[in-house]
Amino acid sequence: MSTTVSRPEAGGRPPEGTGRRRPSMKSILVWSAVAAVGAVAWTVLALSRGESVSALWMLFAALCSYAIAYRFYARFIAYRALQVDDRRATPAERLGNGRDYDVTDRRVLFGHHFAAIAGAGPLVGPVLAAQMGYLPGTIWIVVGVIFAGAVQDMVVMFFSMRRNGKSLGQMVREEIGIVGGVAALIAVFAIMILILAVLALIVVNALAESPWGVFSIGLTIPIALFMGVYLRVLRPGRVLEATGIGVALLLLAIVAGGWIDNSPLAEALTLSREWLVLALVVYGFVASVLPVWLLLTPRDYLSTFMKIGVIVLLAGALLIARPVIQADAITDFAREGTGPVFAGNLFPFVFITIACGALSGFHALISSGTTPKMVAKESQVRLIGYGGMLMESFVAVSALIAAVVIDQGLYYAMNAPAGVTGGTPETAAAWLGGLGFDTTAQDLAAASAAVQEPSLISRTGGAPTLAVGISEIFSTAFGGGLQAFWYHFAIMFEALFILTAVDAGTRVGRFMLQDTVGNVWKKFGDLSWRPGNIIASAVVVGLWGGMLYIGVTDPLGGVNQLFPLFGISNQLLAAIALTLCTVLLIKHGKLKYAWITAVPLAWDLIVTMTASYQKVFSDIPAIGYFAQRDRYATALEAGELLAPAQTPEQMQQIVTNSTINGVLQSFFALLTLVVVANAVVVIVRAIQARGPVPTTEEPAVPSTIVEPSGLFATPEEKRAMAEQERLVGAGARGHGTFTEEGPAR
Amino acid sequence: MSPQAVGTAARRAWRGVCWYLRELSGEARWDDYLQHCARHGHEPVSRREFERRRADEAERNPISRCC
Repeated sequence: MSTTVSRPEAGGRPPEGTGRRRPSMKSILVWSAVAAVGAVAWTVLALSRGESVSALWMLFAALCSYAIAYRFYARFIAYRALQVDDRRATPAERLGNGRDYDVTDRRVLFGHHFAAIAGAGPLVGPVLAAQMGYLPGTIWIVVGVIFAGAVQDMVVMFFSMRRNGKSLGQMVREEIGIVGGVAALIAVFAIMILILAVLALIVVNALAESPWGVFSIGLTIPIALFMGVYLRVLRPGRVLEATGIGVALLLLAIVAGGWIDNSPLAEALTLSREWLVLALVVYGFVASVLPVWLLLTPRDYLSTFMKIGVIVLLAGALLIARPVIQADAITDFAREGTGPVFAGNLFPFVFITIACGALSGFHALISSGTTPKMVAKESQVRLIGYGGMLMESFVAVSALIAAVVIDQGLYYAMNAPAGVTGGTPETAAAWLGGLGFDTTAQDLAAASAAVQEPSLISRTGGAPTLAVGISEIFSTAFGGGLQAFWYHFAIMFEALFILTAVDAGTRVGRFMLQDTVGNVWKKFGDLSWRPGNIIASAVVVGLWGGMLYIGVTDPLGGVNQLFPLFGISNQLLAAIALTLCTVLLIKHGKLKYAWITAVPLAWDLIVTMTASYQKVFSDIPAIGYFAQRDRYATALEAGELLAPAQTPEQMQQIVTNSTINGVLQSFFALLTLVVVANAVVVIVRAIQARGPVPTTEEPAVPSTIVEPSGLFATPEEKRAMAEQERLVGAGARGHGTFTEEGPAR
Repeated sequence: MSPQAVGTAARRAWRGVCWYLRELSGEARWDDYLQHCARHGHEPVSRREFERRRADEAERNPISRCC
């Protein structure tokens, strides 16, 4: 099928893979079968009402759709629209320095890229979106990734690759304009802070009042430190060995947490949310100024291997356990917009909430910069960019499954803020009764006893719910009555890579800050200047720590208030990335293909601007930040208390928080509109020019390496690689460039 | 499939997994470096020194982790 092997001497031919070829009978049969299975799965999901539906239909609907999208749509975009050209050397080949520019095996780079883009977002978003029912979430995760998310990742990666791996901000500045560039830079930094705050909030909510969780997560720090010393001093470079020991210790830490839970130590480890905020802030600051080898790198190894392991395990367990969906296809909350988990109607809020699993602006930061500098062949952006994002979407579907197969009364009791549920099984059960669920107080108490947590009521943030879902699926699949172990295993797994994201994010944020301030104050931009590091780290940690504190103490529930803000800003960043892609397609004279990114961009702008508008201007206090502010401010002046606030201080707090959230929301939307407005000017000029206009694309240089473009090498590609090996000599295809004085990376 | 064929396939799969994990974790960079030195006749630095330089590099180029 794929024939994209390049030979340097084949200069004059059109790039291969663009020509039409009659499909073989086998290929027609296979793809017809995939399409048929997918169609059946979607039909079952869409049409069943009331009867019991296996969650595997969600899995099959997603997988078949991904396969077709990857085979046909991604291929169309890569070869027709982008015109990837394997005769052209990639920056990794031209500039290979063994450090950031380095030809990397496509499968290995796929792993690196996936590890960098996948985090807690695709796990948490779908869990919260389950409030709308399983159908809207599944449709958006699958359709969104195929037509928006994966397209964005691949196209950004391609354009960045053609520009020596420039970052998103740089490309916006150079290709759109200085105004858009500055707006994009500010947006990226601000959104990063917000993301760190929300991620940390999820950890705090998962660990609060949970001595088992605190103990085992706390132990990850000495485990990582030990691995760091092991790799630095004891046995340098033996990463797999160190990671193996680390994972074993990690599992031991989870088991030991269970012992702690029943011991006198438990009380000392039962931490309030405020204490956890302090612990996280101190941790974030220390981690950001410590050398990376000591904490960040070993932690990253642990989290990467755990991430991949759990995803494989979850996929396998789903097939064995074959759980049945408990949620409705579409809930009443989706129709009425009065859901307790987050407020607002299906449109636009389901799209905002799912965020990362379908479309994530944050990925554009990784698809530009890091990954494109390591791609061996241009055509591999399809596998790494598009394929990597499909994999992330698959994780999101699995998370959604975990949320919709648990008892739905329990789901709402866990995800509604304490102000609504009252915080005890009795009050929560009474509230659930009002909603029409027959889950009793005993059921709720039994659920928390099964996972050995003091309480599961109002454990918002998505992580505990996901952990309950995973623990049910795993204990059904593998038996052994280990539900409590699996629950804390899942919490550990989420907290581990959220903390890795917080570490890495703080460091990246610090670099960005030092770099930006360095334009005005040279000394501050010097990354080896210690005081600069400390000041910049403190500023970054202070910013997200402040937001985190606001979220944690918010009487209305931090997740309820902050998650929409996080979701919208992530989608706004995606709008900036898709705007850049559209501008570049047009500047390159590919106006007729501009719809590929322009259509998802238009959709994304409609969604984010509607959501922003509602969050800012809606006169329903549960949705509009300023309406909420007015309601509480008026009551405060009149000396009244409005639930859930119990004191005038809490009233004041709600007023302040609503104002901050509202201002931030308007600010992010405004920044995006500035970028889009600037882009429109550039697009109009480019269209008037009728043809390609100059861009910062690097000129083509012939490539001399031969690599397959897809996951598996085709017979033709194997022949070409053998031929190359014969000409250049064995071993020359080995990866890695090294400078004279030695190694890097 | 004969038992030998199954054995060969299993060995191949195991080698594939080992290769992938070594590449993904960066452990294989040392082998690449030794090969590089052999090809160009350089005297390789010690493993300890090699890993230190890689760590210094990671210090300068933080890789972002997404949400």
